[in-house]
Amino acid sequence: MKLTGGQIVCESLLQEGVTDIFGLPGGAMLPLYGTLPQYPQINHILVRHEQGAAIAADGYARATGNVGVCWATSGPGATNLVTGLANAMMDSVPLVAITGQVGRPAIGKDAFQETDVTGVTLPVTKHNYLVMHASEISGAIKEAFYIARTGRPGPVLVDIPKDVFTEVAEFVYPDSVDLPGYRPAFEPDVKNIETAAEILNSAKRPVILAGHGVILSKASSELRELAEKAQIPVITTLLGISSFPESHILSMGMPGMHGVAWASYALHEADVILSLGARFDDRVTGDLRRFAPDSKKIHFDIDAAEIGKTVSTSVGVVGDLKLGVQKLIPMVNQGNHPEWIRRIEQLRDEHPSLQIRKTSKLLPQYILKKISEITESKAIIVTGVGQHQMWAAQHCAFEEPGTLITSGGLGTMGFEVPAAMGAKVARPDKVVWSIAGDGGFQMTLSELATIAENNIDVKFAILNNNFLGMVRQWQEFFYESEYTATHYTGNPDFVKLADAYGLVGIRVEDAADVEGAIRQAMNTPGAVIVDFMVEQEENVFPMIPAGESIYELMEEPSEIEEPV
Amino acid sequence: MANVAHEYTVVALVQDRPGVLNRVSSMFRRRGYNIVSLAVGHSEKVGLSRMTFVVDCDDATIDQVRKQLDKLIEVIEVTDMTELASVTRELALIKVASSPETRSEIIQLVDIFRANIVDVTADSVIIEVTGDENKVDSLLTLLEDFGIVEIMRTGRIAIPRGMATP
Ligand SMILES: Cc1ncc(C[n+]2csc(CCOP(=O)(O)OP(=O)(O)O)c2C)c(N)n1
Repeated sequence: MKLTGGQIVCESLLQEGVTDIFGLPGGAMLPLYGTLPQYPQINHILVRHEQGAAIAADGYARATGNVGVCWATSGPGATNLVTGLANAMMDSVPLVAITGQVGRPAIGKDAFQETDVTGVTLPVTKHNYLVMHASEISGAIKEAFYIARTGRPGPVLVDIPKDVFTEVAEFVYPDSVDLPGYRPAFEPDVKNIETAAEILNSAKRPVILAGHGVILSKASSELRELAEKAQIPVITTLLGISSFPESHILSMGMPGMHGVAWASYALHEADVILSLGARFDDRVTGDLRRFAPDSKKIHFDIDAAEIGKTVSTSVGVVGDLKLGVQKLIPMVNQGNHPEWIRRIEQLRDEHPSLQIRKTSKLLPQYILKKISEITESKAIIVTGVGQHQMWAAQHCAFEEPGTLITSGGLGTMGFEVPAAMGAKVARPDKVVWSIAGDGGFQMTLSELATIAENNIDVKFAILNNNFLGMVRQWQEFFYESEYTATHYTGNPDFVKLADAYGLVGIRVEDAADVEGAIRQAMNTPGAVIVDFMVEQEENVFPMIPAGESIYELMEEPSEIEEPV
Repeated sequence: MANVAHEYTVVALVQDRPGVLNRVSSMFRRRGYNIVSLAVGHSEKVGLSRMTFVVDCDDATIDQVRKQLDKLIEVIEVTDMTELASVTRELALIKVASSPETRSEIIQLVDIFRANIVDVTADSVIIEVTGDENKVDSLLTLLEDFGIVEIMRTGRIAIPRGMATP
């Protein structure tokens, strides 16, 4: 069948099962947009900024486990995707981005809206392609999806010159890929798993450190079986949150910079750390030289390069995590570490990190706890980056894998709006709450128009402190409370803003109105923005100052509070 | 993990595609690995090239270099030649100032090193030498007194001995 390059793109996407694309047109993309009406099966969501398209595709991918798709025009359209690609790269999210490029004869001539997009995106994609012939489009797209979703997932970009969209070629969708240098998702080496089991079986103070890999490889039930059989407490990294039910007695929550104290202390005191799809990120380890000094590390990861990258490990198990843990379970002894479990209970009692102090003030922690309770931990919680993100990680309870969607590795402010939009498009059956900072929200609020236009039912909770709160907190602690360039004195009226977009806005100033507002938002069809005017100078505790050991965490100072 | 810096030789078999050198060098740059030399050429297989890297780093880092290289989609195979029995060579072209008085002395040196003179002008000669870096370096030291005008070195290439070609 002879088709144009543009038709080949659409046919190839259909072959990959794509139903939704986030994008915005431009000159180089016109021929592709020209063919789009022939493909009503493809739902194109017109964003207001390409960063929104990339991050929406990211949220879409995280909510389903499928590859998210976005596209943009050449030059500025493509460069606007870069933050979203870098974000997906850091957090191992499967994305395919398609970009229009200037016509072939114009490449390299500094033509209008020409950017070396494969060059620019090279370090922030798992792989990328510049497709110079229509006959090569289907192969490139096939490979792009394959690379994006297999092994350690990540973003792949396909750059296509404008005149390749109009070139005619025979369309054949290849049924296999030929990538001799890429051999993903293999069976882990049983010998290494045996070594891991031996180490675990002689452990006295073992912990599991569960990361994003558990969610990506859909290994939550294996994780649970392993933890229960061997009686090992489970600590979850920020991206590992929701991989293990937080109501479970062995659930320990998040460690590290703003993690709960007992999790950080338990990591520090452990004699064996079994890392499952986590990467010993600096937010988790603190000062590496002083990280968990008495422990052996066992590291399961699909990416061989993660083993030994930051900490040295006793044994690394490279391969699919689900397979690896399945093989490990029968090798581990029925566990029994009563002393260790008692020690952890003691740590919990002595360091009650999650207590919310009694006050009449409107505390962000309280709001998050209420959202979590009212949604019965069934909603998808999407966050921005900053204090509200850490409070959400701490005070919302997660039970189902994939219900926390947050920007971990890159820490991308503005993630909260488009990612929530993408998540809701992917999972219309789920309640989606976007927990936003007033800072991050204003970075991408242009997508409110996309949300309104497409009736995407996202509930926004802006934890509005009129500050770039997390940065303000650091200034308070480390720069003598010199609040340089962190105080937002010109924020818009977010309720009026909601109205301007035809959405419902609710303002909450009193703790007494929190529950009512959350319920009202959930009972209102369509997107709602709840503007919570929270305590402005509230701090996130515990806190481990950058570069310190996780054993030297700062806890919330006890203060005398006025009665409620 | 030893922290002693060392020169490692790593060979990568890569797909011969536009941009592959860029991907490889970008990875080295972004992760802060120090390339001492890099040589690229076609392999015995159509469509595949071999790159020989000499990297100055410690044990833990070379492990990362190998793995990060291997992660690149177009890199098919990575071999650390440092511990393997292998033959390593470098080619250098050296332009040396010469005069009728010094020429025969230079020729003698060239003979001792089994190097070749590949070009002669009234006031210079170009010497071609192959060998490991030590040999090239020694010749360079001896030629210094005559006045070295220009040096062109290919960087190390390496091939394992015997049939156990990786
Ligand atoms: C795009 C981007 N720019 C800057 C930062 C640095 N940064 C980290 S947290 C933060 C403050 C976030 O403020 P806000 O969104 O209001 O959330 P809050 O911390 O107040 O909850 C800033 C500026 C970032 N993470 N991302």
